[in-house]
Amino acid sequence: MDPGTIVAGILTIAILSFLYGDNPVYKMAETLLVGVSMGYVLVITWTNTLMAVLFKPLFLESQFWLVIPFIFGLFMFGRFHKSTSFLSRYSMAVLIGSGAGVAIPAMLGARTLRQMTATVEMVQGDSFLTIFSGLVVVVGLFSTLSYFYFSREHEGIMGRSAKVGTYFLMIFFGTTFGYTVMSRVSTFIGRMDFLLSDFLHLTN
Amino acid sequence: MARLFPQIICGFFGVVLFVLYFLKAPSAKSLYLTITSDYWQIIFAFALLVGVASFIRVNIKKLSILSESPYVITGLLGLFAMPVMALVWGIKGDSPFMWVFENVQVPLQATVFALLAFFVASASLRGFKARSLPATILLISALIALLSRSDIFGWLGNSALEFSEWIRSYPSMSARRGILIGIGLGSVTTSLRIILGIERTWLGKDR
Repeated sequence: MDPGTIVAGILTIAILSFLYGDNPVYKMAETLLVGVSMGYVLVITWTNTLMAVLFKPLFLESQFWLVIPFIFGLFMFGRFHKSTSFLSRYSMAVLIGSGAGVAIPAMLGARTLRQMTATVEMVQGDSFLTIFSGLVVVVGLFSTLSYFYFSREHEGIMGRSAKVGTYFLMIFFGTTFGYTVMSRVSTFIGRMDFLLSDFLHLTN
Repeated sequence: MARLFPQIICGFFGVVLFVLYFLKAPSAKSLYLTITSDYWQIIFAFALLVGVASFIRVNIKKLSILSESPYVITGLLGLFAMPVMALVWGIKGDSPFMWVFENVQVPLQATVFALLAFFVASASLRGFKARSLPATILLISALIALLSRSDIFGWLGNSALEFSEWIRSYPSMSARRGILIGIGLGSVTTSLRIILGIERTWLGKDR
């Protein structure tokens, strides 16, 4: 048998042993996963970001403007000592400030205006079902929004609308839950298939 | 001063990026891309290095605890083995680095992900009780979503499948859109508060 299959099979059983209860074999496999994943991300970040985006362009292609993010990056290490911990705030300031600046137009465009446009467009159609479905979306959207509107007390029309919004939210949570469970179960079936056919050769 | 300067830098970058978003000049587009792509990538990469260094520091401290040491050693071995293998043999498709990725990391990750199926199922068994109308709606929509890809819905015919698709594409999506719009408006408000210096929690406390 391929050594890779043996290793993968043993590690799969080690993780599944948690179903019996927390045990040293599971904990060993879990910490191995943490270490290996971190090592993998470290290597990929070093190769694809630090070497490709920073060190090679800065030192070999003389793109000196890269000194600025390099310095901000180095400031992050300031967190390790009390006297230099304030330096990491400068790096955070760049990330958070630029992130906030990008988020305002992007969020207004993609998350708010485009969603509203798509909702209104759904009401247009030739068949009764299309128009009805579009109206369901409009009612669902506004009732959901009214549920999250806290500047007025949920009484009268507002209260009724918020209540309808709860029903739509429950439908959303229910379907999301269903699809999440399905994806987990299909992954589990995949692992069991690997164990029973590739590793243990019990099935074809 | 230790808090004022970072706030000024934060506001400056916020305003600059906001303005750059709307400018059509190639130099403005290039600067926008440079900051959102290169600056972010580089600073995030250093943040990751800080995280790895912190992980090593914490684990070395834990080494003295005898009951924890086998796990700590396993974690650290995994962490150091990957860069060493990458340095010695490279990271190409047939390298030991990729072998460990495919035969250790991928199966471990997939099994941990699959393990959650049991916990989600057991939690739903305890929590899913049709005590009220919203709870009943939640239960029914979850059942429809779960059964829609099963043989039971296959026996019921196409209309059952179409109904489950309709639930997902219309009532469920309307609530999803409501949540997305809420997130969008919330993000805009928080971003404005950050740029204007009203929101300062990201600065942390003075040590």
